[in-house]
Parts: sequence; structure tokens; C-alpha cells
Amino acid sequence: MIVAFDIIILVFLVIAAIISLSVKDLLAAAMVFGIYGFLICLLWAEMGAVDVAFTEATVGAGVSTVLIVATILNTRRKSTD
Amino acid sequence: METFFKEAVVPHFNFWIYVIIMMIGLWSVIAKNNLIKKLIGLSIFQTAILLLYVSLGVKEGATIPIIDHHAAELSLAGDAAAINPDAIANPVPHVLMLTAIVVGVATLGVALALCQVIYKDFGTLEEDEVLQKIKALHDDV
Repeated sequence: MIVAFDIIILVFLVIAAIISLSVKDLLAAAMVFGIYGFLICLLWAEMGAVDVAFTEATVGAGVSTVLIVATILNTRRKSTD
Repeated sequence: METFFKEAVVPHFNFWIYVIIMMIGLWSVIAKNNLIKKLIGLSIFQTAILLLYVSLGVKEGATIPIIDHHAAELSLAGDAAAINPDAIANPVPHVLMLTAIVVGVATLGVALALCQVIYKDFGTLEEDEVLQKIKALHDDV
């Protein structure tokens, strides 16, 4: 575990979480949520949990973003908050 | 206050940031109006808990939990000192959280499917408008 790397990723993580929850365009929110998942994946590789990092990169950053985008395509892209 | 920072905040700064991420998720589940925003917040809440558990398996100076071939053969031959457990991160929380990630994506998929059904029935994904339409339906009956 490298402390400087840890701090940088955790700060980016909080920023990505706040951005993905505050943008009004849901497609942009889904994309920033994909970035959030990828940052979590980096954090896990850095913690020594490589198996969890692989799963997060495919399932967390990949599949859940695709699921959200598919739902937005079937519903509405705009959000009031 | 200074001793609190020295003893609780600085050595465990990652736990404090996990708490912040968790509270961001909880805030969005309570305060956000759009149902998809609520689900994104729920996923963020979940990742904070996963981060807490995986970070419990981290050891100072430890490497990834893969035993090299030579050490494994020595260990099987009866040399108990061939594998040093202090040099390997604890893999038990990793495996537990691996299951939790997959279950989390499955529940996210079901929740998004329910969102599509709600959109089909009410024509909106905003919580207040959905509640208004449900109330109007009850008033008609």
C-alpha cells in the first residue's frame, strides 16, 4: 500500500462521486459513475486485491454502466436534480 | 483536538474517507428526486462498505496473495517457514467482497428493470411526480 497513491485516488473518488450525483444529464452521470468504478478498481489493485480489481473493472465499471445507459435509453435522459 | 487528529484521523485517514463516501451515497438515496440518481447513490454506498472490508486485509509491506511455486513445494514438503504469512495480504475479505460485488450488480440490474416498469406505468422517473400520480389514482377510486 502506497500512501501518496492512496490519498490521490481517494480524493478523485470523492470528487467523482459528487460529480456523478450532481450533474443533471443522466448519461453524463452514468459515464462519471463508470470513472468512479475504474478508480475503485485502481484502489483495489493498489491494496493487493487483484482478483477484486479484475471483477470491478469488468462488472462495476463495465456492466453496471451499460445497464444504466440501457435504462436511460428506454426512459428519459433529463433529471430535475 | 490535536491528539484526536494524531491518534485517530491521520493513521486511519482511509477509513474517514470511506465514511465520507458512504455519507455521500446515503445523502443521495434520501435527498435525490430522480430514481436512477438514487440507484447510483446506492451503488456508491455499497462500494464504501466493500472498501472498508477489503482494507481490513491490507498489511504493511505485504504483497498480493499469490504463493510462488518454489515456496509452495517447500511448504508441502514440510517446511513450515517457507511461506511467511506476514508478507501476503489477507485474501479472505477479498473473496467475500468478490461475491458482494457480483450480488450488487445483480440487484442494480433488477432495480433498473423496476425503474423501466415505473416509467412505463407513470411516464416519469421523478419520485414526487410518481407519488402524485399514485395519490391521484387512489383519489379516483
